[in-house]
Amino acid sequence: MATKTPEQINEDLLRPLSVVSPRYFVALAIFLAVVIVAGSMFGRQIYDGLGVTGLNRPVFWAFYITNFVFWIGLSHAGTLISAILRLCNATWRRPVTRCAEVITVFSLSIGASFPIIHLGRPWLAFWLFPYPSERGIWPNIRSPLLWDFFAINTYLIGSVTFLLLPMLPDFALIRDRASGFRKRVYGFLALGWRGTPKQWHRLETAMHIMAIAIIPVAVSVHSIVSWDFAMAPVPMWHSTIFAPYFVAGAIFSGIAALIIAMAGLRKFLHLQEYLRPIHFQNLGKLLLVMSLLWFYFVFSERLTGWYGNEKYEMSVFWVTQRGSFAPLFWTMVFCNFLLPVPILAIKKLRTITGTVIASIGVVIGMWIERFLIIVPSLTRKYLPFSWGTYRPSWTEIIITAGTFAAMALLYMLFAKVVPIIAVWELKAGQSVEREHLETILAASEAEAGAD
Amino acid sequence: MASVDSIYGLFPDPGSADRGLKALQSAGVRRDSILVMSPEPFEGYEFARSDRRSSMPWIAALGGLVGGVSGYLLAWYTQVAYPSRIISGGMPLVSKWPSGIVTYELTMLGAILATIIALLISAKLLHWKFDIYDPEVSYGKILIGVVDPASESRMDFEDRLRDAGAEKVKGTGRFNLA
Repeated sequence: MATKTPEQINEDLLRPLSVVSPRYFVALAIFLAVVIVAGSMFGRQIYDGLGVTGLNRPVFWAFYITNFVFWIGLSHAGTLISAILRLCNATWRRPVTRCAEVITVFSLSIGASFPIIHLGRPWLAFWLFPYPSERGIWPNIRSPLLWDFFAINTYLIGSVTFLLLPMLPDFALIRDRASGFRKRVYGFLALGWRGTPKQWHRLETAMHIMAIAIIPVAVSVHSIVSWDFAMAPVPMWHSTIFAPYFVAGAIFSGIAALIIAMAGLRKFLHLQEYLRPIHFQNLGKLLLVMSLLWFYFVFSERLTGWYGNEKYEMSVFWVTQRGSFAPLFWTMVFCNFLLPVPILAIKKLRTITGTVIASIGVVIGMWIERFLIIVPSLTRKYLPFSWGTYRPSWTEIIITAGTFAAMALLYMLFAKVVPIIAVWELKAGQSVEREHLETILAASEAEAGAD
Repeated sequence: MASVDSIYGLFPDPGSADRGLKALQSAGVRRDSILVMSPEPFEGYEFARSDRRSSMPWIAALGGLVGGVSGYLLAWYTQVAYPSRIISGGMPLVSKWPSGIVTYELTMLGAILATIIALLISAKLLHWKFDIYDPEVSYGKILIGVVDPASESRMDFEDRLRDAGAEKVKGTGRFNLA
């Protein structure tokens, strides 16, 4: 990025908040329509019961729980990646972090709604809260589903805070440029930010502590999601490798989602000068590493299962490898490994378009992976007389599509009320670069003078 | 804005802001009477130095401790307070591993919440009415000023701030120059 004045940065990054194109409204209307249709399907499901879904004995966890795992995984795009880059002091992170953190907050909220959508009587979801019900019964603390409650809520609170804290100076920036009602709203959101040295120092300290705290929380969240499965004696679930396997998969899909979001923002909000090819290349390298790691985990998990040759495990193994789920399995391998690895490994192909194509493949592949972890195992449990099949209903398909539309809708709305790139962080990064350059110039001048 | 008396200069860059700070200090103004506001942290500059002693990490640790103890007590109580006597076959009623998970999550939650509270208090946030502030800070200017200066020093401070490179010199309260 050519060095820009602070005022140019303000103009560029605050422009999307005031300029709205007709294209934006059309896209918004389409996504909103899909969300409304999905909402009405959920309404129908509440009225008619879970019979409108494809859920039936023995497969009671299918599309909805796939979505739950997928969206919680995607949430690792933001806070975790942002926290790691912040702690490593990766300077290129500055335009990327907020785009990423927003994904976390929205995808975590969407993911957390799926266990409720999945309930036959969603209005009783509060039974999960740790309080004694009217019968004096407490929720069972030994259940991984209750661990989910604690882990997801901790991660959500942490992620929302991690997103909001660095927004305070930007809210103050908008407050100072706005008038009327807008000024009052942003003034309230800025919490009285003025930019004193003490406020800057305390904010940086708080962000540092939050970054340290949020990484183990993010790891624990997806570990616990994996234990929803691994704690059950179900073929191909009861595995010690599940927690790291799920965490790696979550980061993998998270980076892919971030690349897609950044490409969209770059194009539609005209942020080409801020979200540059170097950001896509660096994230592409990370995606490549995660793709290789994902393959390692899948290979390791399947090799161990195959070597053990336990007959029920093998029945799940073969139904995914060669049976009715094989087309999905090989699509997953193609999307998560065969497609992204060459694109991301060859420098010439690791362009913005290349990384986006690889990322779309990974997002599709990771959704299929979650489905393949859950459903085939449930169709072939330890009692062969209970074996069955699963076919999703339109209700499940439309609700699933609705969540993708909801994600896009929330992201678009957010980008219209908050600068999607942290303005002050970008300016600070530029100042650091300028200082660094001046130091080098001064040193070289001094050296030339000495000669 | 409240009627606090102050004189301040708006500087275009951190170099001149540093000069402004030194000019005020050389006029005998104590560091804690000098007001500084900037649109970004400007680490490494004298004017951006703040009291770096912060107890925030300790407060976060304390929050984690409180969260962890609360988490364990919650996990323990939910298991012993179950209404019917559970036949556990000799196994302990309180299961340590699951209690550990709940304890861990609430430890982290406690640390996160304590950090937020510490930030809000120590950075003096949640004060929506400012004594002294200039929106030009958001436009990239750095504010360096004196709070409650002596009346006879007014011209001296104004000159010093201008000489240091202030683009504008303004005042509040009885020094309101508008």
